Amino acid sequence: MNSTLETPSNLLTKNDPNWLIERRSKGLEQFEKLATPTVRDENWRFSRVGKMRTDGYNQLEEADTSRFDLLNERSNLISQRAGRSVFVDDATSIFEGVGTKLAQQGVIFLPILEAITQHSDLMEKYFLQESTELGSQKFFGLHAASVKAGSVIYVPKGVEVIDPIVNYYWTSGECVAVFPHTLIIAEDNAKVSVVDLFFSENVSNEALNISASNIHAGPGAKVFRKIVQNWNQETVSFQLDTTVAERDAQVKNIAVNIGANRARFESQTRIEGAGADVKMYSLTVAEKNQEFDQRTFQTHNANNAVSDLLYKNALLDKSRSIFSGLIKVAEGAQQTDAYQTNRNLLLDPRAEANALPGLEILANDVRCSHGATTGNVDEEELFYIMQRGISRRVAMQLMVFGFFEEIIDLIDNEELAENVRKLIHHKFDAKLS
Amino acid sequence: MNNTLEIKNLNVSIDGQAILKDFSLSIPKGEVHALMGPNGTGKSTLAKVMAGHEDYTVESGDILLDGDSILGQEPDVISHAGLFLAFQYPMEIPGVSIANFIRAARQSRLPEGEQIKAVEYYKDLYAKMDALKIDRSFTARSLNEGFSGGEKKRCEVLQMSMLDPKYCVMDETDSGLDIDALRVVADGVNLMRNQARAFLVITHYQRLLDYIVPDVVHVMYDGRIVHSGDKDLAKELEVKGYDWVKEEFTDAIVGA
Ligand SMILES: Nc1ncnc2c1ncn2[C@@H]1O[C@H](COP(=O)(O)OP(=O)(O)OP(=O)(O)O)[C@@H](O)[C@H]1O
Ligand SMILES: [Mg+2]
Repeated sequence: MNSTLETPSNLLTKNDPNWLIERRSKGLEQFEKLATPTVRDENWRFSRVGKMRTDGYNQLEEADTSRFDLLNERSNLISQRAGRSVFVDDATSIFEGVGTKLAQQGVIFLPILEAITQHSDLMEKYFLQESTELGSQKFFGLHAASVKAGSVIYVPKGVEVIDPIVNYYWTSGECVAVFPHTLIIAEDNAKVSVVDLFFSENVSNEALNISASNIHAGPGAKVFRKIVQNWNQETVSFQLDTTVAERDAQVKNIAVNIGANRARFESQTRIEGAGADVKMYSLTVAEKNQEFDQRTFQTHNANNAVSDLLYKNALLDKSRSIFSGLIKVAEGAQQTDAYQTNRNLLLDPRAEANALPGLEILANDVRCSHGATTGNVDEEELFYIMQRGISRRVAMQLMVFGFFEEIIDLIDNEELAENVRKLIHHKFDAKLS
Repeated sequence: MNNTLEIKNLNVSIDGQAILKDFSLSIPKGEVHALMGPNGTGKSTLAKVMAGHEDYTVESGDILLDGDSILGQEPDVISHAGLFLAFQYPMEIPGVSIANFIRAARQSRLPEGEQIKAVEYYKDLYAKMDALKIDRSFTARSLNEGFSGGEKKRCEVLQMSMLDPKYCVMDETDSGLDIDALRVVADGVNLMRNQARAFLVITHYQRLLDYIVPDVVHVMYDGRIVHSGDKDLAKELEVKGYDWVKEEFTDAIVGA
């Protein structure tokens, strides 16, 4: 099979402005030059790098439009929303804009390629400007060279978008490669909430995902981003996410990870303004031979800011997880509060959770903590629950869902929370016996 | 024997160490028995063995509910047989609300396919919470998580009253309660007292027994009951202490 990933055939130079042509070719160069990661690389410790094949997939020039109606219909997890996009194999399947009122206030919600045509200056300033430093630079390069699907959300000063903007990214074809991109720019005191959902049309289509997202939260902005990753288990996925928070910005990230065969998740947060407050929550439900490989980086370059990370993983069967997190507090970033917690619930003796928490602190007046716990279901809790007449199976369900609920509860959208519960139930119901 | 909780010559050990030694006790329905004894004498062990905790090894003896042995049964089966244990140290279950927990416990008592009627359930739950002076907002809170000592104990009694057990074992439900809470909890228990139900009340304090007046008081020492009497025994114990028990009642056993 001709592999786009060696030689992307779709350098979209035809309509691209010069700055983008440059960024794409730099990306391609990066992809071609950088070595394929090995486990000897600190950023890839414990990863099954051997399973990270990226060749053999094709980014489609044209998606199969006959799938669109059905997938648009299935893109229904959040009914109250400010806008919706649905992408299928990197083609726009439907795009519902934000409506005239928000548009008049200057809110931009557009597919990436259209935003490049219509708002070239804005895009030049923000698009593809933040890259991961956590090990997948090579793959970010390929993303930059290939990206054509995704949405841009721009909220100007002081404007509040109340309902969420929702992006669905689907794969449908055989051996497709997709490169979704979500770019969120919230100017001073703007407010916006965005949900990205990653789904496969069916359980068997093989796919490669290399997605990227960037949140840019200006002074006093409030950004809430939720991700639900439920690829099928024939998918290899890279999610390369970055957040930049300026003065007094408040950013909340929640990721729910259910799918993919291998899911590499890199999440990087850079605090550039005093008083910023960034929360990072993640919930992962792993089964069979799934691997969830999560790398995080919290950088504090400004004083009096807070970053708080909680990653929870529940592992069934022979699944694995890797959590590697680093907190870095720059010199002068005094009165920093930075926290990092990783909790792993092992539900099978064959499951494996690896935790590598780390701190690098160059300021002297900070409050930082990091910790990881890995354990089985607590037998005393189980006894307590069963003493009330509840069977072992139901008791296990209650405890595991209780473990999840700490994160699901934060989703703050009852419909989405309920849909997430359903997705997880679906994965679990047959397992707990 | 029907209508009785019977513990017969029970010997229990953990990690090879004997804890309950030829322990026997019989509580007919309609009665409240108090069990008192120094720290580490095996009271909680007894309670947990009755409830089917698997860490303990039962060397010999038997436990019968209404004439049927419950030894070796799973904790949920014993619960369905009618035994409720109010824990000395209730567990915190993160992410599981009180309302959902008790609902699951009630659901487990229904025949396959039958569902709890939500309206009735909440009506009952709120009535019992009101009686125990537990704020209704607690229904949404994670079970015991971040509860004060007294709140946990009240929540145990709430569960007990919601599950309608035949045999109630209360392990130091009074410890951690202030005087008002003690009265509230005691009232809750007294409301449940009837001819169809028996109680084993484990406590260190005679104070509780002023509110929940027992039919029989047992004194436990070194893994067995060494003396039994009426409610005045608790008062005597309060005055004389466990040294008195040791001197007065254990020589005969050691000598035997
Ligand atoms: N799981 C266990 N592992 C080891 N030893 C145990 C265990 N459970 C109980 N024991 C021991 O058994 C003995 C009896 O303990 P138990 O908790 O039954 O006492 P108790 O009478 O309830 O005391 P208290 O009044 O302090 O609650 C103690 O010596 C205790 O250390
Ligand atoms: Mg005890």
